[in-house]
Amino acid sequence: MSVNTKFELKLGAATREAFGKVIVDLGKADPNVVVCDADLSKSTFTHLFAKEFPNRFFSCGIAEANMVSIGAGLASSGKIAFVSSFSAFVLNKGFEQLRVNCAYAQVPLKVVGTHSGISIGEDGPSQMSVEDISLACSLAGFTVISPADEVSMSALVKAAAYHNGPVFIRAGRVKAPIVHTAEQKFEIGKAIQLIEGKDMTFIATGLLVAECIRASDILAGEGISAGVIDIHTIKPIDRNAIAAAAKNTGCIVVAEEHFTDSGLGVKVAQVVCETHPCVMEFHGMGNYYAESGTPEEVMTKYKMTGADIAVTARKALARK
Amino acid sequence: MTKTSNLGELQAIAKRVRRHIVEMIGAAKSGHPGGSLSAVEILTTLYFDVMRHDPANPTWAERDRFILSKGHAAPVLYGVFVEAGYTPAEPLNTLRRIGSIYQGHPDRRYIPALEASTGSLGVGLSLGLGMAEAARLDNSPTRVYVLLGDGEIQEGQIWEAAMYGAFHKVDNIVAIVDYNKIQLDGFVKDIMELEPLPDKWRGFGWNVIEVDGHDIPALQKAFADAAATKGKPTVMIAHTIKGKGVSFMENNPKFHGVAPTKEELEKAVQEIGA
Repeated sequence: MSVNTKFELKLGAATREAFGKVIVDLGKADPNVVVCDADLSKSTFTHLFAKEFPNRFFSCGIAEANMVSIGAGLASSGKIAFVSSFSAFVLNKGFEQLRVNCAYAQVPLKVVGTHSGISIGEDGPSQMSVEDISLACSLAGFTVISPADEVSMSALVKAAAYHNGPVFIRAGRVKAPIVHTAEQKFEIGKAIQLIEGKDMTFIATGLLVAECIRASDILAGEGISAGVIDIHTIKPIDRNAIAAAAKNTGCIVVAEEHFTDSGLGVKVAQVVCETHPCVMEFHGMGNYYAESGTPEEVMTKYKMTGADIAVTARKALARK
Repeated sequence: MTKTSNLGELQAIAKRVRRHIVEMIGAAKSGHPGGSLSAVEILTTLYFDVMRHDPANPTWAERDRFILSKGHAAPVLYGVFVEAGYTPAEPLNTLRRIGSIYQGHPDRRYIPALEASTGSLGVGLSLGLGMAEAARLDNSPTRVYVLLGDGEIQEGQIWEAAMYGAFHKVDNIVAIVDYNKIQLDGFVKDIMELEPLPDKWRGFGWNVIEVDGHDIPALQKAFADAAATKGKPTVMIAHTIKGKGVSFMENNPKFHGVAPTKEELEKAVQEIGA
């Protein structure tokens, strides 16, 4: 594809795998890095760290609440502590511990939730996390990061490790198209404009960044200039990037693998309302759960493809 | 702060802590006297004899840690902090007031020397295990003490932590159950029975020590026995009396979470006699 853009969107590693690899590098460089997992290390890829540093890996069994509090205890004793599980489990079962032991107590635990969104496919809705952005963003003082590809995941996990505060990082199960160059610099809180646009702007996160690039490509064929922003940090959100997109293009479509009524979209809308109100549309999951199927089938049925996003964009442009 | 193993001196400190508890809760007109009074000897023995800590250097890396997992017993911890010199006595009468360092439940934002902000039950033992694991990684002599309420251990996370502690042989932690047999709604046996409690902990692989939680020499011996136990964590089941030291509060579920009136406070102070 990519008739009109420079993006090849070659499939890279899943963001969960990029996370698993980069924490091994972190562990080699810093003996203070420790990792806890709740019987999903082969899925979260923390088994790589466990193999390399068995003394610094804490197997917590299937007990996420306990794992989060243990991680908080390690972090409050000066360790750079990561806890990892599926987003659906670490946030829902560990939420109270994240609130009391990390957010309220101002303890800089790093939480990595994998298998986010509906793209996990066959396992179905009990494992799919479509409310994790909302939950994580509601934790006071937390930084919330949702990388689009392996390049951004590696860089942002490294940044998060030495960020002075608690962090939630959203990772996915499936291989993610590469949207960033190896030279791209990443800074927590600083969105990246991947494609400049004149008529409208897509603001997207995670896997849907690549789909927005596809949508932009489709629209370009119709003579529409649609910009794409990868907003890898959802909290604190890049107000300047959003305000500029609203001011300069007057039309924003937000795309996320998450409930649209409580995710990235409402956070972008808040900034747009406070800066340069403009036409907006929200692409993602309505307030319902998906179903089992291959990742492709699920993403297609629940309208997470570039073509689907282009439909939403035309709707927004018609209102402009 | 001077540490002491002397029974008379520890008992005198305990009396002053009791007086702080009833006075601060009386001034606040709300709070939890019963479960604060039941833990006075436990905290006094820990802070003035057993634990390695230094109020002049609260961030000393190799200090022992104490977590008040039953955060509603904040007044006993505040009383001990005042006696140890961590925090000033004068604002104790601002307990639970806006802006006070003596918040309703322990809050590290106001008192950085606190090891944890607590108040939501069931999470403190896991947090302590994390601290104990960090100490082991650092080859630090740090020991971690976590005070649990009896009602609190009805929370499922406690038993997740119990599994973890034994499986990972975390022998530098001591969980202390303040077993005063009363929780908010009434007697523990009527709300959600815990017995056979020692068997439950033994079954989870813990070294279990039962002790009279008001008998300071017995507590001293129990803490020493815990420190000598290697390869498994220790739980001290401390049999205590809710409201201990104030006759009309003792074993009275009403005083789980009700402040004394002005007249009751006068009577309480008189009985404590500090």
